[in-house]
Amino acid sequence: MKVALLGLGSVGQGIASMVLKKGLGITITGLADSKSGIIDAKGINIEEILVRKRGGNPAGDTSVSAMDVVQNADYDVLVEVTPTNISTGEPARTHITSALRKGRHVVTSNKGPIALHHRELLTLADTHHVSLRYEATVCGAIPIIHILEHGLLGNQVKALHGIMNGTCNFILTRMSEEGLSYEQALAEAREMGYAEADPSYDVKGIDPAIKLVILANAIWNLGVTLHEVEITGIDQITPEALRLAGEDDATIRLIAEAIPARQLLRVSPRILPRSHPLVVKGTLNAVTLETDMAGSLTFIGKGAGSIETASAIIGDILFIREQYDGCS
Amino acid sequence: MVQVSMKLEMKDTPGQLVRALKPISDTGGNIIAVIHQRESLTRAEVIDVQVVIELPEKRLEELVARMNEQGVTVQRIGTERLIHKKSLILIGHIMHTDLTDTVDHIDTTGYAEVSELELIMPAIAEPSSARMMIKATNAEAMNKALEILRQVARKKDILVIESLEENG
Ligand SMILES: NC(=O)c1ccc[n+]([C@@H]2O[C@H](COP(=O)([O-])OP(=O)(O)OC[C@H]3O[C@@H](n4cnc5c(N)ncnc54)[C@H](OP(=O)(O)O)[C@@H]3O)[C@@H](O)[C@H]2O)c1
Repeated sequence: MKVALLGLGSVGQGIASMVLKKGLGITITGLADSKSGIIDAKGINIEEILVRKRGGNPAGDTSVSAMDVVQNADYDVLVEVTPTNISTGEPARTHITSALRKGRHVVTSNKGPIALHHRELLTLADTHHVSLRYEATVCGAIPIIHILEHGLLGNQVKALHGIMNGTCNFILTRMSEEGLSYEQALAEAREMGYAEADPSYDVKGIDPAIKLVILANAIWNLGVTLHEVEITGIDQITPEALRLAGEDDATIRLIAEAIPARQLLRVSPRILPRSHPLVVKGTLNAVTLETDMAGSLTFIGKGAGSIETASAIIGDILFIREQYDGCS
Repeated sequence: MVQVSMKLEMKDTPGQLVRALKPISDTGGNIIAVIHQRESLTRAEVIDVQVVIELPEKRLEELVARMNEQGVTVQRIGTERLIHKKSLILIGHIMHTDLTDTVDHIDTTGYAEVSELELIMPAIAEPSSARMMIKATNAEAMNKALEILRQVARKKDILVIESLEENG
């Protein structure tokens, strides 16, 4: 299985290091970061690339661009793990559509193009008889898209509730367990590397809302957008509020919720009994599905991280190989 | 369980109130509120007490009988079926934005009421937090009451945190 890899940050390096360590029958034949690229049909020396990248250098040749790799490398699957842009989806959208038009499969962790152009991209993939998979865009290591597409075949999913942002869950966990103020817990999240310098994308609930859009479209094909989600973040939560919830043996978590029968798409802090299956600690993610046959199912796992996200990407690559044997 | 409000009349003697209320727990009930009106217009040696209790429906008659035995006159009984409950947490300038008015918006609906309220004010100018329990006659009434509260809260810039569970 030949793979072209765009993006060599946390996720890209996670994928490269796992391919190096485990083999998995994957050969990386093209690769790019923001400033450089490499194309080598016989397989790129990943070890060398990782050393260069960790030393702060561009991975390859600065005269080769990501688009050169998309257009000219010899690959079966394009792995798109460049940064998310939620207003345009670029440059990922162009990378993805170009690869699909060339009849190549695409696997991505990039939420931008999937949240913005789900139908259009899937139609394009269909037209060219290839797959577009995006397990890694939601809930990190939890294979929720696989579960929905394959594990629950024949079920009707009636509702979805989830904790889809590890940063918010970490902050609320610390506030509830240690009585920290929001500012203290946020500072701690920054120190641990869980929160960005500008945390608003997480704490205002935008990131989980994007994931909710991706999942709602994946399950119900509703064609919904971020504008249709009612969003409230966690930045106004007080330690007193958590204390009051605690008096009822309950706590507060940021819950993403989709119930199509009620046309409900909402991200908001909610009160939950401490014993509720969605009350997970720290940066964990969790998703509960209400289905007609299988009943209620909850999945819990790491919501982010280099190797955890690589797990979702690699799962998608190998799934495509199984589906289309002959291209390996 | 059914929620009942009762208007009681009893002699104003030491220990009488405690004796009057004891049958409530004896019949498996819980006291939700006791409203004691001293300055009532009734005769001086008699006091009026209003209680809101929750008890097994079948034992209501027995309770009234036991109260009568204690020398209490039950003047009025109202059974409301405010069995639908929802816990909420409010964050914002809850006092400054007229808490009574916020609560009245629910209480005046006739189908829902604020049954418990606990407020924590950390410091002047800092947002306070409150835990509120709303009771309503049924799920539809609860949804209407919640919508009213959401609207009032939006105007007053108060964050309403709702419970995830249907009846929680
Ligand atoms: N980190 C996680 O746990 C996680 C989990 C789920 C999903 N995601 C998503 O996965 C994607 C990657 O995340 P990350 O954490 O790995 O991000 P990151 O650490 O910021 O890495 C981004 C990589 O993309 C490269 N890049 C930027 N613009 C490019 C362009 N125009 N062409 C080619 N490469 C370009 C960067 O190049 P330089 O090295 O030259 O800067 C860098 O190597 C994002 O869309 C993110 O939302 C991440």
